[in-house]
Amino acid sequence: MMKKRTERFAWSVAGNRLPIAGTGSVNRDGRHDQQGAYTNDMATTNQPNKLNSYVTGPDERGHFGLFGGRFVAETLMPLILELENAYNAAKADPAFAEELTYLMTYYGGRPSPLYFAERLTEHLRGVAGGDKGAKIYFKRDELNHTGSHKINNCLGQILLAKRMGKTRIIAETGAGQHGVAVATVCARFGLPCEVYMGKTDVERQKPNVVRMHMLGAKVNPVTSGAGTLKDAMNEALRDWVTNVHDTYYIIGTAAGPHPYPAMVRDFQSIIGREVREQMMAAEGRLPDTLVACIGGGSNAIGLFHPFLDDEGVKIYGVEAGGYGLEVSNGHAASMNGGRPGVLHGNRTYLLQDGDGQILEGHSISAGLDYPGVGPEHSWLKDTGRVKYVSVTDKEALDAFQLCTRLEGIIPALEPSHALAHVAKLAPTLPQNDLLVMNMCGRGDKDVFTVAGHLGMDI
Amino acid sequence: MTETRIDKRFAALNQEGRAALVTFVSAGDPDLETARRILSGLPEAGADIIELGMPFSDPMADGPAIQASSLRALKSGQTMKKTLELVADFRKQDADTPIVLMGYYNPIYVYPAESFLDDAKAAGVDGLIVVDVPPEADEELCLPAIQRGLNFIRLATPTTDEHRLPAVLANTSGFVYYVSITGITGAAAPVVDEVHAQVARIKASTKLPVAVGFGVRTGEQAKALAKGADAVVVGSALVTAIAQSLDDKGGATDGTVPAVLNLVRDLSAALRN
Repeated sequence: MMKKRTERFAWSVAGNRLPIAGTGSVNRDGRHDQQGAYTNDMATTNQPNKLNSYVTGPDERGHFGLFGGRFVAETLMPLILELENAYNAAKADPAFAEELTYLMTYYGGRPSPLYFAERLTEHLRGVAGGDKGAKIYFKRDELNHTGSHKINNCLGQILLAKRMGKTRIIAETGAGQHGVAVATVCARFGLPCEVYMGKTDVERQKPNVVRMHMLGAKVNPVTSGAGTLKDAMNEALRDWVTNVHDTYYIIGTAAGPHPYPAMVRDFQSIIGREVREQMMAAEGRLPDTLVACIGGGSNAIGLFHPFLDDEGVKIYGVEAGGYGLEVSNGHAASMNGGRPGVLHGNRTYLLQDGDGQILEGHSISAGLDYPGVGPEHSWLKDTGRVKYVSVTDKEALDAFQLCTRLEGIIPALEPSHALAHVAKLAPTLPQNDLLVMNMCGRGDKDVFTVAGHLGMDI
Repeated sequence: MTETRIDKRFAALNQEGRAALVTFVSAGDPDLETARRILSGLPEAGADIIELGMPFSDPMADGPAIQASSLRALKSGQTMKKTLELVADFRKQDADTPIVLMGYYNPIYVYPAESFLDDAKAAGVDGLIVVDVPPEADEELCLPAIQRGLNFIRLATPTTDEHRLPAVLANTSGFVYYVSITGITGAAAPVVDEVHAQVARIKASTKLPVAVGFGVRTGEQAKALAKGADAVVVGSALVTAIAQSLDDKGGATDGTVPAVLNLVRDLSAALRN
């Protein structure tokens, strides 16, 4: 069924349809208007006309329609502009692509397989009855080096940091998957590394904290706020503003000030590009349905982006519903339960109170426990191209167990949210519907948390 | 833009030949009533310009002292509406001392922004410092503020080089706030000679007054930094004085208001000597 993992991964700039400098023939005139670019009327609506393309953003100031932008303190502005120039230069440099391709292939382990989840498919067909039940594939990014999709982005950014002559790396992390990936590439390139991690997350993701220590990173527990990902990001920004001369900040998700959302998306889009090729090889056509979990949304945008202009492909992003959307401050579903605001360098959907104070939110999954989301997702929600749904902690736990028992794959709690939606969605789809779920991380880090919730003695 | 209270105040101090003392406290810290009394006493204690923090849950550019101040205010129930009411009440007693609101964009954005600017102007606010709205986004907030006669005051920093400075100065009015360190508020003490050189560089490019802040704690420091500058900003030291005056449960005591105002008196005396 599966192609052998022999073909070399290619990080292709041309194939990525990058948005800058008119790389395509699509819709050059009036593009910004069609994206609903921000005007000086302080518009609060974001209803663009029907788009000819969903892959041309952001504009030159980093806007995806209303969302995105660059909302940072002045100390950081020169550095952010320098970063944008450095990234644009790197994209145009074949040597950068070559080195990244080499590392992605032989260090990261790409391409990750596209796996037909036969037993889960059969199980959900049984649930459906009749002739329903989509054919379910997993994109197995949990098999990457370090156990999640995070390494894709970290390899790209560490090469960029080197090009920029930066000598110190900082990062924020929630579940610790990004922190581990950053610590890993810092070890590989011999750069000192400090990771900011909320104190709550340090406690619930111990295995990853130990891994970071072993890799030589300094883990700084953050006690402000609820001690989760938001607070870690605040503290990382404070470090950056203090050490701006020598420090590169590897943001882990497709959020933050421009160019981070576009850059992280570009590095993660290898996921979707591989799926295109692999599905063609396996089934002779493109998938019908894509499903991925959303915290900040880097794995999801990586899977979705190469398919945004394929009209027939239905796309679902799954937010963390925590205790349920009806529970105030009891979930982390910023698009389904929040509204637009400005935080951490970008305008996007945020969990906030009526006075614009940011809420902590809640999710069983540390990686999804963030009150914002990448700005491109906010835009894709408002344009209607992607449907964003949510599942609860309990549904995610059930899906975690289902996948573990049926497929022998222990998923991280983050993609367990995507799995939970697959369990609802697949039985409603025809059997010839090709569904791809991004298995973006493995669950080793979560086994203690899950055991605790299930009352298992360990 | 017509002359604002900030312009008038700097013109008057220029005549006197001394630098302005700009004081920062958070609106509603440690509670609304105590904050009202602090605000009310600041002009007499020697504050020439008052910076009033708009509390925010995620003050990314601030150090621990102002983070704590912001959270104390929010915990005691401070909202943007109450902050503007605080200013309006202050204006009833003081028609001349400029008030600059300082904070982050989100609480303004969701207010929403246009109504906020209208209400701020009506309350008697003179200027705004919004840390996370750079010149690249001037059309969002800076230009509408100017249209209403509010000064939009920008931060220049050690990383603001000669390429960047024109963008920072372009729509700035009232004064330029020179952030004397790369870092967060209340962090390392600034190196006086370096600050003097940087202030001179900025003053060569603008006629606007230049204020120096971040890391200023004592009268002695303030006096040293004031040379060559038009104002010195003190914030973390004042909110730390509030923090140290509180009781075990974090409530204000009889010592809270005097703790702040006495420190302001010391700082003011140092600048006048």
